Amino acid sequence: MSTTLKRVHGYLAEFENVHDLYHAAEHVRDAGYQRWDCHSPFPIHGLDQAMGIQRSKLPWLVFCGGITGTTTAFFLQYITQNVLYPTVVQAKPITAIWAIPAWFPVMFELTILFSAFTTLFGLLALIGLPRFNHPIFASKRFAKFSDDTFFVCIEARDPKFSQEGTKAFLEKIGGKHVELVEDDI
Amino acid sequence: MESTATASNSSAAPIQPRVLDREPLVLNNRSYSWITNRICGIIENKQPMLWWILFLPSVVLTGVMAFCFVYLIATGVGVWGQKQPVAWAWDITNFVFWIGIGHAGTLISAILFLTRQKWRTSVNRAAEAMTIFAVMCAGLFPAFHVGRVWMVWFLAPVPNANAIWQNFKSPLLWDVFAVSTYFSVSVVFWFIGLVPDLATLRDRCKPGIKKTLYGIFALGWRGANRHWSHYETAYMLLAALSTPLVLSVHSVVSFDFATSVVPGWHTTIFPPYFVAGAIFGGFAMVLTLMIPCRKIYGLQDLITAKHIDNMAKVILLTGTIVGYAYCMELFIAYYSANYYEGQAFLLRALHGPSVPYYYAMFFCNVIAPQLFWFRWARHSMFWVMVVSMFVNFGMWYERYVIIVTTLEVHMTPGAWRTFQATWVDKVTFLGTFGFFMMNFLLFLRFLPVIAIGEVKGVLPQSNPHHDPHQEKGIQEEDLMDYPDRHVAKTVTA
Repeated sequence: MSTTLKRVHGYLAEFENVHDLYHAAEHVRDAGYQRWDCHSPFPIHGLDQAMGIQRSKLPWLVFCGGITGTTTAFFLQYITQNVLYPTVVQAKPITAIWAIPAWFPVMFELTILFSAFTTLFGLLALIGLPRFNHPIFASKRFAKFSDDTFFVCIEARDPKFSQEGTKAFLEKIGGKHVELVEDDI
Repeated sequence: MESTATASNSSAAPIQPRVLDREPLVLNNRSYSWITNRICGIIENKQPMLWWILFLPSVVLTGVMAFCFVYLIATGVGVWGQKQPVAWAWDITNFVFWIGIGHAGTLISAILFLTRQKWRTSVNRAAEAMTIFAVMCAGLFPAFHVGRVWMVWFLAPVPNANAIWQNFKSPLLWDVFAVSTYFSVSVVFWFIGLVPDLATLRDRCKPGIKKTLYGIFALGWRGANRHWSHYETAYMLLAALSTPLVLSVHSVVSFDFATSVVPGWHTTIFPPYFVAGAIFGGFAMVLTLMIPCRKIYGLQDLITAKHIDNMAKVILLTGTIVGYAYCMELFIAYYSANYYEGQAFLLRALHGPSVPYYYAMFFCNVIAPQLFWFRWARHSMFWVMVVSMFVNFGMWYERYVIIVTTLEVHMTPGAWRTFQATWVDKVTFLGTFGFFMMNFLLFLRFLPVIAIGEVKGVLPQSNPHHDPHQEKGIQEEDLMDYPDRHVAKTVTA
């Protein structure tokens, strides 16, 4: 259902190449904006620093996932082989954990398996995807982000955002086709 | 010559070594949108006739494979040729063959990523797809080899009807964990890599069922740098996880043999030997698929002669490692002074029933790739294809030699028996090629065969320090990792 009411998402400015985007990002960062982002068809080397983004926390999540995998595999094997149904094969001791070298392959594989899935779901959680829609897709020009165009979007939620000031700022730093992105409520 | 002349002049400033131009990864200065159009065009345009010529027989062969498996279930695993003492034959050979093929995909996507080999971007997507389809083919054989395929859940770590758990000390169970982890992680890696490209496809489609489907799988990707930042970390982590994983998978496969006490199998060289062989065979399959692909879809600017050349060198290297392993096996059989080990190899190579297989293996895997010492051979698509075909055959023979020729003549001579493959063996194996090709052709039809975003990222103009107004000159991108090599290019008069 569409109404005539619109919500302002922010200003979207277009840049032709990586070089311009990179320097624009430095300007936006230095101007003190908080809620803004660059959009590009591929990751750009060094843009994180130009935007002032912190390093991803994902490795810590994955480390925890990996440890969970190792312990899961250890207890899976210890409990089933030594407690529930002690299996006497290959002359391996069953009373203690001395058969542990034979458990290493499964412990290793589950470490990798749990880490990989933590990477996937951790990534999705950190970037807040999947989501069905996003106000930025209301812009017709934005579809080119996945082809050959680079964008900077400063959101209206930013405390420094102003209808005139932000537009002028984006034009000053070289943004083309500066556009107010609004989506239906 | 020029530099020696100037070096004699002592008053001049210190001479900097001249930087050679690297071969560009994408030829003809292609733009971002050219890359998008060319790769998405494969999916959006009508497929060439050849696609159908290959696709229809593949579907038929997949059906034939399904028929063979149904016949096996209805009759029993005896429709395959194995009888004592050859209890593992074509099925396990095929399993090791297919799983090995997959390894090249992971090598390209993970190990070459960690070692910053930027040329991988043009081939990694297709190679990863190949990995997934090859592992699917591989998994079929052990699943049906258990005899009663409806009991295959006994492999999963749940207690069976008598509350008995699996034997976790068995390499066969390690294999279950290794292969299923490998498959899952490969799919995750492939999917994460696909997300930005699916967004590209989504943005190019007209509203409709296709746009919706690409949209769902693109997860709402909007190329935000705050996302790319996490994404790149995730990609790096998956590469770092897949690297030891791929080495572990074929090592565990080799444990199936190496931990037994069968002469000819019980050797410590097996894990590295199997891993090298897997990468070797896998690269041959990547080339077998990519050389026709780049020709048919006009991707010569993206998959250049340089890419083929690099892959041929990997084949040469791993083929030589495999050759070393063959020779070392023979040497250890002699040097260990173990009578049974020695006899196993004499029977394999001199007077056993399957000697021709041994020499076929040796020729295809060790002799044929030596052609790649020559540049003209690495640059001729015809010879690259010929050698790749030899390697494809040779790696199957290698597994056949290891598995079947060893079991045919092991221990008590009274129990020796030469293996005879049945038509079901042969047709099932052929059918898996149909299944593999069918999946690969569908992949070509519906998903981007080259990682669009990654290829754009290795173009010189993707470096933020690249000056867009000065098109010619040193490719900064190539020098980024070598600060000491930032030297102005000599202007040629």
